[in-house]
Amino acid sequence: MSEPAILSCAGLRKSFGRFQALSAVDISVGRGEALGVVGPNGAGKTTLFAILAGALRPSDGSIAFEGRDVTSMDASQRCRYGIVRTHQIPRPFLGMTVIENVLVAAMNGGGLSGEAAWAAAEAALEQTELAQHAARPTQTLGLLDRKRLELARALAMNPRVLLLDEIGGGLTEAELEGLLELVARLKRSGMTIVWIEHVLHALVASVDRLICMSEGRVIAEGAPAAVMADKAVAQTYLGRGVQ
Amino acid sequence: MLTDIGQRRERLAIPGEAYAAFAILALLIAVPLFAGNAAVDKLTTLFVYLLLAVMWNLLAGYAGIVSVGQQAFFGLGGYFAVRLVEAGLPPYWAFFVGALGVAIVAIPISAAILRLKGGELAIALWVLAEVLRLAVMFDPLVQGETGISLLAMNSFDPTFRRNLNYWLGLAAVSGMLVAAYFLLRSKIGLSAKAIRDDEEAAKSIGIDAMRVKQVFFVIAAFGCAIAGMIWLANTITYQPRTNFGIQWTVFMLFMVLVGGLGTFAGPIVGAVVFFLLQEIFGNYGAWYLAGLGLIAILFASMLPGGIMGYVQSKTGFVPFSDGMTQNNRKRP
Repeated sequence: MSEPAILSCAGLRKSFGRFQALSAVDISVGRGEALGVVGPNGAGKTTLFAILAGALRPSDGSIAFEGRDVTSMDASQRCRYGIVRTHQIPRPFLGMTVIENVLVAAMNGGGLSGEAAWAAAEAALEQTELAQHAARPTQTLGLLDRKRLELARALAMNPRVLLLDEIGGGLTEAELEGLLELVARLKRSGMTIVWIEHVLHALVASVDRLICMSEGRVIAEGAPAAVMADKAVAQTYLGRGVQ
Repeated sequence: MLTDIGQRRERLAIPGEAYAAFAILALLIAVPLFAGNAAVDKLTTLFVYLLLAVMWNLLAGYAGIVSVGQQAFFGLGGYFAVRLVEAGLPPYWAFFVGALGVAIVAIPISAAILRLKGGELAIALWVLAEVLRLAVMFDPLVQGETGISLLAMNSFDPTFRRNLNYWLGLAAVSGMLVAAYFLLRSKIGLSAKAIRDDEEAAKSIGIDAMRVKQVFFVIAAFGCAIAGMIWLANTITYQPRTNFGIQWTVFMLFMVLVGGLGTFAGPIVGAVVFFLLQEIFGNYGAWYLAGLGLIAILFASMLPGGIMGYVQSKTGFVPFSDGMTQNNRKRP
């Protein structure tokens, strides 16, 4: 990582009652970097995202964005600064049309108004292949399109750091290829991406660096191939005792 | 079916139903010229109901704020008017300034009360209304339960006053409907709908949920205060128990739930249905109220979208739809 960090966290802890979801997590994301996050269910990946985006407060630790401490900022402030997150389980605004879902994001998090907001909203729908559904009530979308909408809503805000939470699951191989192309395009445009994904081959092919989490800690970090070859990583995924 | 309507509307700059609305408005403006006093009075009451229903729908149907304390602003508006008239302001000026006063008072109230959610918020607003009522009753001018009459209103010719109240009521309802139409298509209206659908997700796309809800809350407080003013102008007497009565909120709930929560035309339909029920069955006293309750329960359990929700889903025709499509995009 030669570039200076755009987003970093230090000593992040989160406990829910006696359960430690995160214990002392330090992560640093370089400007323009694509960082992958893997780990078994319950490793704390989504909790980490919720804390980075400001939806959850950490029990301890701090988060810095562009060198300034944003720990005390709430989710909407951080979003307007450019830290944008997609939800693992899509959370569309069901009582609105598809284009309204994206438009409202462009107007708020994107800080756009009028024609510029419409243009950003329509471009985001084009990018996620939802353009033909723009006028539909969101309630009528299936799960896959809702996942696309989750991504479209994030893109309409032109984020500086995009936190993607399992957007590849359930896609066909062709759809996955389209998604990888889109991520590559976003990366080329200078966007910083942090991506949690269980579809490992997709992730390994598109990120610069990979971290593996388990039981609330980072257990491995480095080049994607090296992390995937790591013994500890193999053990957390496949269990102990496997040759 | 849906796309047919979409294509037909694309060619119209103004939604087709707007022509019908203009025709109804023109007819209503002319009513005092040919109708009797009783009819004018009754329609003025209908305007009060319409205003209340539209305001409650803005709050609950579009911003997700369920209030059972809107009578606080209905009653407070009347009280401010009484006080301003006492201070020497001409009555109709007092109504307007008083309503603005309510909107200003609603700002700090909103900042405190919108921190609460759901049931807590509803109860807190109800308690607020009761506290305001008790506080107003301590004012010697109001004389506790007795209340006060706005004698200054007697300086106007009765017919002139009746017609003026009618036109002011009509102006308030149409003004608020036009304002609501544009509000719901603005950034703040879209943001409110997003908060209503999923507040956490709304925050995650940069929406300042508190500020958006405050805007809707203050608008609704202002609208309910205006309704309280028109009611006061028509009845002339101000009694805390009546003007701060929970029945106003019960009426709002009934009208919006029967008409269709979160639909633009719903509160209008609900207010007309309520008005007709009151005209036909109003003399049955307690049985009438029990009947209203029964109807509300039947609608809530069997037709949760109300009349307009049902009509819209059956026909695909959504009058004054607030759901925007690319047709709403203004191209240079």
